Amino acid sequence: MAKTLYDKIWDAHVIRTEEDGSSLLYIDRQLIHEVTSPQAFEGLRLAGRKPWRPEANLAVADHNVPTRDRAKGIADPISRLQVETLEKNCREFGIPVFSMSDRRQGIVHVVGPEEGFTLPGITLVCGDSHTSTHGALGALAFGIGTSEVEHVLATQTLWMKKARNMQVRVEGRVGPGVTAKDIVLAIIGEIGTAGGTGYTIEFAGEAIAALSVEGRMTVCNMAIEAGARAGLIAVDDATIEYLQGRPLVPKGELWDRAVTAWRELHSDPDAVFDKVVTLDAAAIEPQVTWGTSPEMVVPVSARVPDPAQEKDPTKRKGMERALEYMGLTPGTPIEDIRLDKVFIGSCTNSRIEDLRAAAAVVKGRKVADSIKLAMVVPGSGLVKEQAEAEGLDRIFKEAGFEWRDPGCSMCLAMNADRLEPGERCASTSNRNFEGRQGYGGRTHLVSPAMAAAAAIAGRFVDVRKF
Amino acid sequence: MLAFDRVKSQVIPLDRANVDTDAIIPKQFLKSIRRTGFGPFLFDEWRYLDRGEPDMDCSRRPKNPDFVLNKPEYAHGQILLTRENFGCGSSREHAPWALADYGIRVIIAPSFADIFYNNCFKNGILPIVLDADTVDQLFREVGPGYELEVVLETQTIVKPDGSVIGFDIDPSRKERLLKGLDDIALTLAFADDIRAYEARRREEAPWLFGGEQLDWI
Repeated sequence: MAKTLYDKIWDAHVIRTEEDGSSLLYIDRQLIHEVTSPQAFEGLRLAGRKPWRPEANLAVADHNVPTRDRAKGIADPISRLQVETLEKNCREFGIPVFSMSDRRQGIVHVVGPEEGFTLPGITLVCGDSHTSTHGALGALAFGIGTSEVEHVLATQTLWMKKARNMQVRVEGRVGPGVTAKDIVLAIIGEIGTAGGTGYTIEFAGEAIAALSVEGRMTVCNMAIEAGARAGLIAVDDATIEYLQGRPLVPKGELWDRAVTAWRELHSDPDAVFDKVVTLDAAAIEPQVTWGTSPEMVVPVSARVPDPAQEKDPTKRKGMERALEYMGLTPGTPIEDIRLDKVFIGSCTNSRIEDLRAAAAVVKGRKVADSIKLAMVVPGSGLVKEQAEAEGLDRIFKEAGFEWRDPGCSMCLAMNADRLEPGERCASTSNRNFEGRQGYGGRTHLVSPAMAAAAAIAGRFVDVRKF
Repeated sequence: MLAFDRVKSQVIPLDRANVDTDAIIPKQFLKSIRRTGFGPFLFDEWRYLDRGEPDMDCSRRPKNPDFVLNKPEYAHGQILLTRENFGCGSSREHAPWALADYGIRVIIAPSFADIFYNNCFKNGILPIVLDADTVDQLFREVGPGYELEVVLETQTIVKPDGSVIGFDIDPSRKERLLKGLDDIALTLAFADDIRAYEARRREEAPWLFGGEQLDWI
């Protein structure tokens, strides 16, 4: 029978299935960070259990780490304890961990693919919802809670029910200045934040195939913002090329065998999806969110929508609340929205390609005087090294951006990087929820190029005309 | 795991859709390395008028009188009634930890985000999905003194007028919740199956076992 990519990976990992349809699924790899793991390790300790396969895990601190003066350590004692606890737990249980001073340290979802820890066809989990990122390499990857982190550590498995299959096709090619971020924001705008709930989404179509692997990670990263725990993209030449030579990918004869297997990781031509959504790539403009949910998104050429036009009362109330929180008036052109801060970073958009795109916009220009802070936070130490080798750091610094050390930073503001109440930010991250980037902070999600242009102009501008 | 049998309690109406886990428990409280103590910070940004920090004594903080948890008539509710896509966003299990620590045992909504829904069962919270019309009707009925009785064994919600609403739940999840079973111990009963799978998989995809290693501290 014809299978989807999701069917293929799922079937290859089922250990047993119970009568009610729940399956015991083998988990090949787990990424671990400091925020969602301490209670899992404590659970193992209390029960006297050991990790089933310590080497199938990789840990790195990212959420709490400072992005400057790192040699001084972490000032906040609670954050420091959490990061130290991660390293202590990993040593105790024999789990590979990159310390905060390791040059490979970075955001788990940047580090995993970079090290070749993420491989096509595997199941990969992490106590972090943006684990969907790794689907860009044809891996079935999804976020889990801390109890499940402990369960995977102890058993290398999870009990799951199979999700339904959704395909999102983006047909044709996007125009210049339109990026992976705009594609995925447009998809979320189309299907809504719960549109993918209960599904695994496979992204397909010419515009997806044309993306680099980094761009595909941006798309899969935000599958969860459409409600889908996992996003997937078929393996192709770009995937294989991306993997080659990375530290943890197989070598020699095993590489050849692996590549042969990976080439099968695509949906069969006659595979049936439970739901198919199609978007026209050429119609996608650079996107800007205006509200407090990623589905509250419009093209940069549009205006802030009017709740009065919304018929559904729950939705209307949600829009009114969002506009009040965001301090916006219906009908305001998006290009008239002025900003206080600009953040380029996060597991969505902090890879080398993102920094190149932002630098290309910034080069030879200056950050507007009205911008209080514009910062670039590379996704990992290796991305930072690469960017510096290319001179991107100088371009940013000369324009007035701060060039920081890697981590999650102001995507969720667990460290010192945050918005103050009422501050408005153009951010390349993934969530514009109330308070996400700091108490009372106002977040607009955009692509790296759009964020860079906004930093220069002090307001949103259409990067295609910039 | 905490077992769940039945709960009879006031119902707290939280009339918002897409309540995300950042709203349920904001990020600054995630720095804790413990599983407990999150209850006072549940819905922190909506519940208090000041900015919350982990070491605060919440009894002295200014409360938002308009927020439903602060209304005296709902002070002892263990059942939360809310709108679609509850628990979306971050996978943080701190969200159900905060709800459970506060005393919430049942959440009724038209839909839940997947990761949050799973996390509830690990913490003795029963998430119940009802169709949007039934939820609408409950929102119309709920008020001070309004109580529901939720019985897991019979999968029923008994209203004050004695009428009954049924709900669905996976048999395996129901069993685990009723008995408060340790998931890991149950899975380890299948250790031989896991090892047999690994042996088979090692033949098919040897690159996933052993092989390249990283240098680490």
